[in-house]
Amino acid sequence: MITAPTLSSIPLDQLHRDLGARMVPFAGYDMPVQYPTGIIQEHRHVRQAAGLFDVSHMGAIFVPNNPAIELEKIFPTDLQELEIGHIKYSLLLNNQGGIEDDLLISRLEDGFLLVVNAGRKHHNLDFLRNALPSVDFVPLFDKAMVAFQGPKARTILSTLCTEASSMAFMTTKKTTILDYNVILSCSGYTGEDGFEFICGSDHAFHIVKTLLDHEDVKPIGLGARDSLRLEAGLCLYGHELDSKTSPIEASLAWAIGKRRRLEGKFAGAPRVLTELKDTPQRKRIGLIPESRSIPREGCSIHDAAGNPVGVVTSGGQSPVLGHPIAMGYITNNTSTKGLTVNIRDTHYPVKIAKLPFVPTQYKK
Amino acid sequence: MKKYSDQHEWILIDGTTGTVGISDYAQSQLGDIVFTELPAVGKDISKGAEAAVVESVKAASEVYAPVSGKIIEINPDLEATPDLVNSSPETKGWFFKVELSNPSELDTLMDEAAYKTFIGA
Repeated sequence: MITAPTLSSIPLDQLHRDLGARMVPFAGYDMPVQYPTGIIQEHRHVRQAAGLFDVSHMGAIFVPNNPAIELEKIFPTDLQELEIGHIKYSLLLNNQGGIEDDLLISRLEDGFLLVVNAGRKHHNLDFLRNALPSVDFVPLFDKAMVAFQGPKARTILSTLCTEASSMAFMTTKKTTILDYNVILSCSGYTGEDGFEFICGSDHAFHIVKTLLDHEDVKPIGLGARDSLRLEAGLCLYGHELDSKTSPIEASLAWAIGKRRRLEGKFAGAPRVLTELKDTPQRKRIGLIPESRSIPREGCSIHDAAGNPVGVVTSGGQSPVLGHPIAMGYITNNTSTKGLTVNIRDTHYPVKIAKLPFVPTQYKK
Repeated sequence: MKKYSDQHEWILIDGTTGTVGISDYAQSQLGDIVFTELPAVGKDISKGAEAAVVESVKAASEVYAPVSGKIIEINPDLEATPDLVNSSPETKGWFFKVELSNPSELDTLMDEAAYKTFIGA
């Protein structure tokens, strides 16, 4: 007899159900995709006020004792120079220069904290342990993780944690919210000012309940999280990024540290450094169609002569702009005049758009 | 007379014409509707063929013809306000009107009570 794989529950599972969430399977977890008001209203609420996202399915991995030199054998980030309390966006690279995952690396007083994607966390742990057998990687996969995002998030969180008021984007500290110990980061993946915190699941429940009592705070599901990151022009693993795509193709050269480019001692460096110099075969672009049909993932992109020159990796309706937006890849020598995207066997004109589609609001 | 297909389209019959849309259940499953692609007036469609496309924030879904016939009218309001499909799925949010070519096909569709049982309501 075949039994269906069982889904794991995130710590706040019952709270989401009580709030009327529609739960869907995602990366092995039952996750809230939307609440009763729907994705568009949730999305706009985050851009205008503040939204709470349960991201407990993501994976935190603690690396004690600051083995920066060892970690730099894999990650192309300046980790030796990373100051305590600061965060860098980074990439887990394979020896071919492909991206195994994208992640945030925080430097805490007693070690590094890696926060990786849900669907890749077990893979990453194995990958890292294999690649760096002398380094201790401690999974913290039972912790709750919450993102609190939007222009009002800072003011609201500051009433429960005064330190939040002065934190700059991409900084982190161990502190307390409502007297509960948390690792609080000023970071997020929506394009808005905001925070993410990691703590025990009981503590997360009380903090989230308290924040939800505020009239400007609403729970937000994975649906709006995806449309927000697309408007912000941010990559999603498995869509814009995969184990064959290089950081340079993905327009993530800024994630390669300056010293690291000179030294070149990181996984996949030969390809990455060559592409930095010679430009890669393809590049990530933003697209805005001139029609209202939405280019979805997998739609092919064509040049003015109709030849296929690329593919859409994410697409959807922008709730803020009120029209479709998309990201994808095209070959680097393509003329961007007369591009079309094939949606249900019809070719619709598209224009290249600057990323992000909606300006970001990070507090520097 | 109103009938439902197992693909969640409804059709309201008036003589030999039918008005077609998607059910309240279907719109609730799709979520926020942001775009509809409707058939050309005058087009002949066959029962079960793809007749329209409805785009939610999450995905594109096909709307199938519940009966065969000729498209005689499409809902002009859906272009500017596709979310009528969410707010008024079984009245103002209709998709198209069809002149039935084979009214006996209606016998293969469910009445409201049977449809409610079908969706477990």
